[in-house]
Amino acid sequence: MTSAVDTDLQAGFDATIAAGDRIEPRDWMPEGYRRTLVRQIAQHAHSEIIGMQPEGNWITRAPSLRRKAILLAKVQDEAGHGLYLYSACETLGVSREDLTRQLIAGAQKYSSIFNYPALSYADVGTIGWLVDGAAICNQVPLCRTSYGPYGRSMIRICKEESFHQRQGFELLATMMRGTDEQRAMVQESVDRFWKPALMMFGPPDSQSSNTEQSMAWGIKRHTNDELRERFIEMTAPQAAALGVTLPDNDLDWDEFWTVVKGGGPCSAQRIAHRKRAYDDGAWVREAAMAFAQSEVDGLAQRVSRDQEADR
Amino acid sequence: MTSSEWPLYEVFVRSKRGLNHVHVGSLHAPDDAMALRHARDVYTRRSEGVSIWVVRSDAITASSPDEKDPMFAPSGDKVYRHPTFYEIPDDVPHM
Repeated sequence: MTSAVDTDLQAGFDATIAAGDRIEPRDWMPEGYRRTLVRQIAQHAHSEIIGMQPEGNWITRAPSLRRKAILLAKVQDEAGHGLYLYSACETLGVSREDLTRQLIAGAQKYSSIFNYPALSYADVGTIGWLVDGAAICNQVPLCRTSYGPYGRSMIRICKEESFHQRQGFELLATMMRGTDEQRAMVQESVDRFWKPALMMFGPPDSQSSNTEQSMAWGIKRHTNDELRERFIEMTAPQAAALGVTLPDNDLDWDEFWTVVKGGGPCSAQRIAHRKRAYDDGAWVREAAMAFAQSEVDGLAQRVSRDQEADR
Repeated sequence: MTSSEWPLYEVFVRSKRGLNHVHVGSLHAPDDAMALRHARDVYTRRSEGVSIWVVRSDAITASSPDEKDPMFAPSGDKVYRHPTFYEIPDDVPHM
Protein backbone atom coordinates (compact mmCIF):
# COMPACT_ATOMS: atom_id res chain seq x y z
CA MET A 1 0.00 0.00 0.00
CA THR A 2 1.33 3.43 -0.87
CA SER A 3 0.14 6.26 1.33
CA ALA A 4 0.22 9.95 0.51
CA VAL A 5 3.10 10.32 2.96
CA ASP A 6 5.13 7.67 1.11
CA THR A 7 4.45 9.41 -2.18
CA ASP A 8 5.68 12.70 -0.72
CA LEU A 9 8.80 11.04 0.63
CA GLN A 10 9.51 9.40 -2.72
CA ALA A 11 8.95 12.73 -4.49
CA GLY A 12 11.39 14.43 -2.12
CA PHE A 13 14.00 11.75 -2.74
CA ASP A 14 13.50 11.90 -6.52
CA ALA A 15 13.83 15.70 -6.48
CA THR A 16 17.10 15.51 -4.53
CA ILE A 17 18.54 12.99 -6.99
CA ALA A 18 17.26 14.97 -9.99
CA ALA A 19 18.91 18.13 -8.69
CA GLY A 20 22.23 16.27 -8.45
CA ASP A 21 22.20 16.76 -4.68
CA ARG A 22 23.41 14.22 -2.15
CA ILE A 23 21.27 11.94 -0.02
CA GLU A 24 22.37 12.02 3.62
CA PRO A 25 21.89 9.33 6.31
CA ARG A 26 18.80 10.75 7.99
CA ASP A 27 16.95 11.33 4.70
CA TRP A 28 14.18 8.98 3.66
CA MET A 29 15.34 6.66 0.89
CA PRO A 30 13.72 3.80 -1.03
CA GLU A 31 14.55 0.39 0.40
CA GLY A 32 16.09 -0.70 -2.91
CA TYR A 33 18.44 2.30 -2.87
CA ARG A 34 19.57 1.47 0.65
CA ARG A 35 20.02 -2.21 -0.19
CA THR A 36 22.03 -1.43 -3.32
CA LEU A 37 24.30 0.91 -1.37
CA VAL A 38 24.87 -1.61 1.40
CA ARG A 39 25.77 -4.26 -1.17
CA GLN A 40 28.10 -1.97 -3.13
CA ILE A 41 29.81 -0.22 -0.20
CA ALA A 42 30.23 -3.50 1.71
CA GLN A 43 31.73 -5.15 -1.36
CA HIS A 44 34.03 -2.18 -1.74
CA ALA A 45 35.07 -2.33 1.95
CA HIS A 46 35.64 -6.09 1.80
CA SER A 47 37.81 -5.59 -1.31
CA GLU A 48 40.10 -3.22 0.59
CA ILE A 49 40.44 -5.68 3.47
CA ILE A 50 40.91 -8.80 1.33
CA GLY A 51 43.18 -6.73 -0.93
CA MET A 52 45.77 -6.57 1.85
CA GLN A 53 46.51 -10.28 1.42
CA PRO A 54 48.22 -10.63 -1.98
CA GLU A 55 50.64 -7.78 -1.28
CA GLY A 56 50.90 -8.41 2.45
CA ASN A 57 52.56 -11.71 1.61
CA TRP A 58 55.52 -9.79 0.20
CA ILE A 59 56.21 -7.45 3.12
CA THR A 60 58.75 -9.78 4.73
CA ARG A 61 60.42 -10.44 1.37
CA ALA A 62 60.73 -6.85 0.15
CA PRO A 63 64.11 -6.38 -1.62
CA SER A 64 65.13 -3.31 0.40
CA LEU A 65 64.18 -1.37 3.51
CA ARG A 66 62.82 1.39 1.28
CA ARG A 67 60.50 -1.02 -0.56
CA LYS A 68 59.45 -2.64 2.70
CA ALA A 69 58.49 0.69 4.29
CA ILE A 70 56.53 1.64 1.16
CA LEU A 71 54.70 -1.67 0.99
CA LEU A 72 53.87 -1.57 4.69
CA ALA A 73 52.48 1.94 4.30
CA LYS A 74 50.40 0.85 1.32
CA VAL A 75 48.92 -2.22 2.99
CA GLN A 76 48.21 -0.07 6.07
CA ASP A 77 46.34 2.36 3.79
CA GLU A 78 44.18 -0.48 2.44
CA ALA A 79 43.15 -1.34 6.00
CA GLY A 80 42.29 2.32 6.54
CA HIS A 81 40.28 2.46 3.32
CA GLY A 82 38.31 -0.58 4.41
CA LEU A 83 37.50 1.16 7.69
CA TYR A 84 36.38 4.40 5.97
CA LEU A 85 34.03 2.34 3.82
CA TYR A 86 32.65 0.21 6.65
CA SER A 87 31.92 3.41 8.55
CA ALA A 88 30.08 4.84 5.51
CA CYS A 89 28.13 1.58 5.28
CA GLU A 90 27.20 1.71 8.96
CA THR A 91 25.36 5.00 8.37
CA LEU A 92 22.84 2.83 6.49
CA GLY A 93 21.92 0.92 9.64
CA VAL A 94 24.12 -2.16 9.30
CA SER A 95 26.98 -3.17 11.57
CA ARG A 96 30.56 -3.84 10.55
CA GLU A 97 30.53 -7.02 12.59
CA ASP A 98 27.59 -8.34 10.61
CA LEU A 99 29.18 -7.37 7.28
CA THR A 100 32.40 -9.18 8.22
CA ARG A 101 30.42 -12.30 9.13
CA GLN A 102 28.62 -12.16 5.80
CA LEU A 103 31.92 -11.87 3.97
CA ILE A 104 33.31 -14.90 5.79
CA ALA A 105 30.10 -16.86 5.14
CA GLY A 106 30.38 -16.06 1.43
CA ALA A 107 27.10 -14.10 1.45
CA GLN A 108 28.87 -10.89 0.36
CA LYS A 109 31.49 -10.48 -2.31
CA TYR A 110 34.72 -8.59 -2.90
CA SER A 111 36.54 -7.60 -6.07
CA SER A 112 37.40 -10.54 -8.33
CA ILE A 113 40.97 -9.26 -8.75
CA PHE A 114 42.08 -10.33 -5.28
CA ASN A 115 41.44 -13.97 -6.10
CA TYR A 116 44.60 -13.97 -8.24
CA PRO A 117 47.96 -14.67 -6.61
CA ALA A 118 50.91 -12.28 -6.36
CA LEU A 119 53.73 -14.56 -7.52
CA SER A 120 56.74 -12.24 -7.73
CA TYR A 121 57.87 -8.88 -6.43
CA ALA A 122 57.11 -7.44 -9.85
CA ASP A 123 53.47 -8.20 -9.04
CA VAL A 124 53.64 -5.63 -6.23
CA GLY A 125 54.49 -3.05 -8.89
CA THR A 126 51.86 -4.31 -11.32
CA ILE A 127 49.17 -4.34 -8.66
CA GLY A 128 50.00 -0.71 -7.83
CA TRP A 129 50.11 0.40 -11.45
CA LEU A 130 47.24 -1.57 -12.99
CA VAL A 131 45.02 -2.74 -10.14
CA ASP A 132 45.16 0.50 -8.18
CA GLY A 133 45.06 2.39 -11.49
CA ALA A 134 41.81 0.63 -12.38
CA ALA A 135 40.50 1.23 -8.88
CA ILE A 136 41.25 4.96 -9.19
CA CYS A 137 39.49 5.08 -12.56
CA ASN A 138 36.46 3.49 -10.95
CA GLN A 139 36.60 5.55 -7.78
CA VAL A 140 37.12 9.08 -9.09
CA PRO A 141 33.54 9.31 -10.45
CA LEU A 142 32.29 7.72 -7.21
CA CYS A 143 33.44 10.87 -5.38
CA ARG A 144 30.24 12.37 -6.90
CA THR A 145 28.00 9.42 -6.01
CA SER A 146 24.57 10.38 -4.72
CA TYR A 147 25.05 9.02 -1.19
CA GLY A 148 26.97 11.60 0.88
CA PRO A 149 28.96 9.36 3.25
CA TYR A 150 30.07 7.07 0.38
CA GLY A 151 31.21 10.03 -1.73
CA ARG A 152 33.15 11.51 1.17
CA SER A 153 34.98 8.24 1.85
CA MET A 154 35.82 8.05 -1.86
CA ILE A 155 37.35 11.55 -1.80
CA ARG A 156 39.56 10.58 1.11
CA ILE A 157 40.52 7.28 -0.52
CA CYS A 158 41.30 8.77 -3.94
CA LYS A 159 43.68 11.27 -2.34
CA GLU A 160 45.64 8.42 -0.78
CA GLU A 161 45.39 6.06 -3.73
CA SER A 162 47.60 8.23 -5.93
CA PHE A 163 50.69 7.19 -3.97
CA HIS A 164 49.75 3.54 -4.50
CA GLN A 165 49.69 3.81 -8.25
CA ARG A 166 52.84 5.89 -8.48
CA GLN A 167 54.90 3.60 -6.24
CA GLY A 168 53.84 0.69 -8.45
CA PHE A 169 54.83 2.44 -11.65
CA GLU A 170 58.11 3.58 -10.13
CA LEU A 171 58.87 0.04 -8.96
CA LEU A 172 58.26 -1.34 -12.45
CA ALA A 173 60.24 1.48 -14.08
CA THR A 174 63.16 0.66 -11.78
CA MET A 175 63.02 -3.02 -12.80
CA MET A 176 62.79 -2.06 -16.47
CA ARG A 177 66.11 -0.21 -16.11
CA GLY A 178 67.64 -3.42 -14.71
CA THR A 179 68.56 -6.73 -16.31
CA ASP A 180 66.85 -8.64 -19.12
CA GLU A 181 65.62 -11.07 -16.48
CA GLN A 182 64.00 -8.24 -14.51
CA ARG A 183 62.37 -6.84 -17.66
CA ALA A 184 61.00 -10.30 -18.42
CA MET A 185 59.60 -10.50 -14.90
CA VAL A 186 57.75 -7.23 -15.40
CA GLN A 187 56.33 -8.30 -18.76
CA GLU A 188 55.24 -11.68 -17.39
CA SER A 189 53.52 -9.96 -14.46
CA VAL A 190 51.73 -7.49 -16.74
CA ASP A 191 50.64 -10.39 -18.97
CA ARG A 192 49.01 -12.09 -16.00
CA PHE A 193 47.34 -9.03 -14.50
CA TRP A 194 46.09 -7.09 -17.52
CA LYS A 195 42.87 -8.97 -18.16
CA PRO A 196 41.94 -9.53 -14.52
CA ALA A 197 42.49 -5.76 -14.04
CA LEU A 198 40.13 -4.98 -16.93
CA MET A 199 37.54 -7.28 -15.36
CA MET A 200 37.59 -5.19 -12.19
CA PHE A 201 35.13 -2.83 -13.88
CA GLY A 202 32.56 -5.60 -13.77
CA PRO A 203 30.63 -7.47 -16.45
CA PRO A 204 29.94 -5.89 -19.85
CA ASP A 205 27.00 -3.47 -19.86
CA SER A 206 24.87 -6.08 -21.64
CA GLN A 207 25.29 -8.44 -18.66
CA SER A 208 25.24 -5.91 -15.83
CA SER A 209 21.87 -6.22 -14.14
CA ASN A 210 22.40 -3.43 -11.62
CA THR A 211 23.89 -0.70 -13.78
CA GLU A 212 20.75 0.94 -15.14
CA GLN A 213 19.04 1.36 -11.77
CA SER A 214 22.29 2.39 -10.07
CA MET A 215 22.81 5.12 -12.67
CA ALA A 216 19.20 6.32 -12.34
CA TRP A 217 19.84 6.67 -8.61
CA GLY A 218 23.12 8.47 -9.19
CA ILE A 219 25.06 5.80 -7.31
CA LYS A 220 27.09 5.02 -10.42
CA ARG A 221 27.97 7.80 -12.83
CA HIS A 222 29.35 5.71 -15.73
CA THR A 223 28.76 2.22 -17.07
CA ASN A 224 31.29 -0.57 -16.61
CA ASP A 225 32.29 -0.51 -20.28
CA GLU A 226 32.74 3.26 -20.32
CA LEU A 227 35.13 3.10 -17.38
CA ARG A 228 36.97 0.11 -18.83
CA GLU A 229 37.50 1.96 -22.12
CA ARG A 230 38.72 5.03 -20.27
CA PHE A 231 41.20 2.93 -18.30
CA ILE A 232 42.55 1.26 -21.45
CA GLU A 233 43.07 4.66 -23.07
CA MET A 234 44.80 6.09 -20.02
CA THR A 235 47.05 3.06 -19.58
CA ALA A 236 48.31 2.66 -23.16
CA PRO A 237 50.75 5.61 -23.09
CA GLN A 238 51.94 4.59 -19.62
CA ALA A 239 52.75 1.09 -20.92
CA ALA A 240 54.65 2.63 -23.82
CA ALA A 241 56.67 4.81 -21.46
CA LEU A 242 57.43 1.79 -19.33
CA GLY A 243 58.40 -0.31 -22.32
CA VAL A 244 55.97 -3.18 -21.76
CA THR A 245 53.45 -4.65 -24.18
CA LEU A 246 49.84 -4.86 -23.05
CA PRO A 247 48.00 -8.05 -24.03
CA ASP A 248 44.83 -7.77 -26.14
CA ASN A 249 41.54 -6.76 -24.57
CA ASP A 250 39.50 -9.90 -25.31
CA LEU A 251 38.06 -10.88 -21.98
CA ASP A 252 36.83 -14.32 -20.99
CA TRP A 253 33.60 -13.59 -19.14
CA ASP A 254 33.12 -17.22 -18.19
CA GLU A 255 36.34 -16.93 -16.21
CA PHE A 256 35.04 -13.72 -14.62
CA TRP A 257 31.80 -15.35 -13.45
CA THR A 258 33.68 -18.40 -12.16
CA VAL A 259 35.94 -16.14 -10.10
CA VAL A 260 33.04 -13.99 -8.87
CA LYS A 261 31.24 -17.12 -7.71
CA GLY A 262 34.22 -18.14 -5.60
CA GLY A 263 36.09 -20.35 -8.06
CA GLY A 264 39.17 -18.13 -8.53
CA PRO A 265 42.70 -19.45 -8.02
CA CYS A 266 42.93 -18.04 -4.48
CA SER A 267 39.26 -17.60 -3.50
CA ALA A 268 39.17 -20.29 -0.82
CA GLN A 269 42.55 -19.22 0.55
CA ARG A 270 41.51 -15.54 0.85
CA ILE A 271 38.33 -16.30 2.80
CA ALA A 272 40.03 -18.92 4.97
CA HIS A 273 42.73 -16.37 5.83
CA ARG A 274 40.16 -13.69 6.64
CA LYS A 275 38.22 -16.14 8.81
CA ARG A 276 41.38 -17.17 10.65
CA ALA A 277 42.30 -13.54 11.33
CA TYR A 278 38.77 -12.86 12.57
CA ASP A 279 38.66 -15.95 14.81
CA ASP A 280 42.20 -15.45 16.11
CA GLY A 281 41.35 -11.85 16.96
CA ALA A 282 38.29 -12.77 19.05
CA TRP A 283 40.19 -12.90 22.35
CA VAL A 284 41.75 -9.51 21.68
CA ARG A 285 38.37 -7.91 21.07
CA GLU A 286 36.95 -9.56 24.19
CA ALA A 287 39.94 -8.64 26.35
CA ALA A 288 39.75 -4.99 25.27
CA MET A 289 36.05 -4.86 26.14
CA ALA A 290 36.67 -6.55 29.49
CA PHE A 291 39.42 -4.04 30.27
CA ALA A 292 37.16 -1.11 29.34
CA GLN A 293 34.43 -2.53 31.56
CA SER A 294 36.83 -2.98 34.47
CA GLU A 295 37.83 0.68 34.17
CA VAL A 296 34.15 1.69 34.38
CA ASP A 297 33.56 -0.65 37.35
CA GLY A 298 36.68 0.61 39.10
CA LEU A 299 35.54 4.21 38.69
CA ALA A 300 32.06 3.39 40.01
CA GLN A 301 33.61 1.71 43.06
CA ARG A 302 35.85 4.68 43.77
CA VAL A 303 32.90 7.08 43.47
CA SER A 304 30.75 5.04 45.82
CA ARG A 305 33.65 4.76 48.33
CA ASP A 306 34.10 8.55 48.24
CA GLN A 307 30.39 9.10 48.78
CA GLU A 308 30.52 6.66 51.69
CA ALA A 309 33.39 8.64 53.22
CA ASP A 310 31.53 11.95 52.82
CA ARG A 311 28.60 10.79 54.91
CA MET B 1 24.71 22.32 46.13
CA THR B 2 24.62 21.31 42.49
CA SER B 3 25.28 24.00 39.94
CA SER B 4 22.23 25.25 38.07
CA GLU B 5 24.35 26.08 35.05
CA TRP B 6 23.21 24.30 31.91
CA PRO B 7 25.66 21.81 30.48
CA LEU B 8 27.86 22.74 27.56
CA TYR B 9 27.20 21.34 24.08
CA GLU B 10 29.41 21.33 20.99
CA VAL B 11 27.66 22.20 17.72
CA PHE B 12 28.39 20.76 14.27
CA VAL B 13 26.72 22.09 11.11
CA ARG B 14 26.47 20.59 7.64
CA SER B 15 26.44 23.63 5.36
CA LYS B 16 25.10 21.72 2.36
CA ARG B 17 24.30 18.20 1.27
CA GLY B 18 27.39 16.22 0.41
CA LEU B 19 29.68 18.02 2.89
CA ASN B 20 30.75 16.86 6.34
CA HIS B 21 29.36 18.39 9.50
CA VAL B 22 31.91 20.91 10.73
CA HIS B 23 32.39 22.13 14.27
CA VAL B 24 31.14 25.70 14.55
CA GLY B 25 31.15 26.37 18.30
CA SER B 26 29.37 25.55 21.52
CA LEU B 27 26.44 26.64 23.65
CA HIS B 28 24.70 25.90 26.94
CA ALA B 29 21.35 24.09 27.07
CA PRO B 30 19.35 22.16 29.66
CA ASP B 31 18.96 19.06 27.47
CA ASP B 32 19.64 17.61 24.02
CA ALA B 33 16.42 18.81 22.41
CA MET B 34 16.91 22.37 23.63
CA ALA B 35 20.53 22.29 22.55
CA LEU B 36 19.39 21.54 19.01
CA ARG B 37 16.92 24.43 19.06
CA HIS B 38 19.45 26.82 20.49
CA ALA B 39 22.00 25.69 17.94
CA ARG B 40 19.58 26.56 15.17
CA ASP B 41 19.07 30.02 16.61
CA VAL B 42 22.69 30.70 17.49
CA TYR B 43 24.49 29.21 14.50
CA THR B 44 22.13 29.00 11.52
CA ARG B 45 20.18 32.24 11.43
CA ARG B 46 21.28 32.93 7.86
CA SER B 47 20.81 29.52 6.24
CA GLU B 48 24.28 28.40 7.19
CA GLY B 49 23.20 24.80 7.39
CA VAL B 50 20.94 21.96 6.33
CA SER B 51 21.69 19.71 9.29
CA ILE B 52 22.92 20.17 12.87
CA TRP B 53 24.54 17.79 15.34
CA VAL B 54 24.86 18.63 19.02
CA VAL B 55 26.83 16.60 21.51
CA ARG B 56 27.53 17.16 25.20
CA SER B 57 31.05 18.59 25.48
CA ASP B 58 31.86 16.21 28.33
CA ALA B 59 31.15 13.29 25.96
CA ILE B 60 34.03 14.32 23.71
CA THR B 61 37.45 12.80 24.26
CA ALA B 62 40.10 15.02 22.74
CA SER B 63 43.83 14.74 22.21
CA SER B 64 45.85 17.18 24.24
CA PRO B 65 47.88 19.98 22.63
CA ASP B 66 50.80 18.93 24.87
CA GLU B 67 50.80 15.55 23.21
CA LYS B 68 51.05 17.01 19.73
CA ASP B 69 54.53 15.69 19.14
CA PRO B 70 54.26 12.10 20.38
CA MET B 71 50.77 11.89 18.86
CA PHE B 72 51.54 13.05 15.34
CA ALA B 73 55.32 12.82 14.97
CA PRO B 74 55.26 9.21 13.71
CA SER B 75 53.83 10.32 10.37
CA GLY B 76 56.45 13.05 9.98
CA ASP B 77 59.27 10.89 8.65
CA LYS B 78 57.13 8.79 6.30
CA VAL B 79 57.48 10.90 3.18
CA TYR B 80 56.88 7.81 1.05
CA ARG B 81 53.18 8.05 1.95
CA HIS B 82 52.95 11.04 -0.40
CA PRO B 83 52.59 10.69 -4.17
CA THR B 84 55.27 13.32 -4.80
CA PHE B 85 57.88 11.01 -3.25
CA TYR B 86 57.86 8.99 -6.49
CA GLU B 87 59.54 10.29 -9.61
CA ILE B 88 57.39 9.76 -12.65
CA PRO B 89 58.67 11.18 -15.96
CA ASP B 90 56.70 14.17 -17.24
CA ASP B 91 55.70 12.38 -20.44
CA VAL B 92 53.74 9.68 -18.55
CA PRO B 93 50.14 10.93 -18.50
CA HIS B 94 47.25 10.36 -16.06
CA MET B 95 49.31 9.58 -13.03
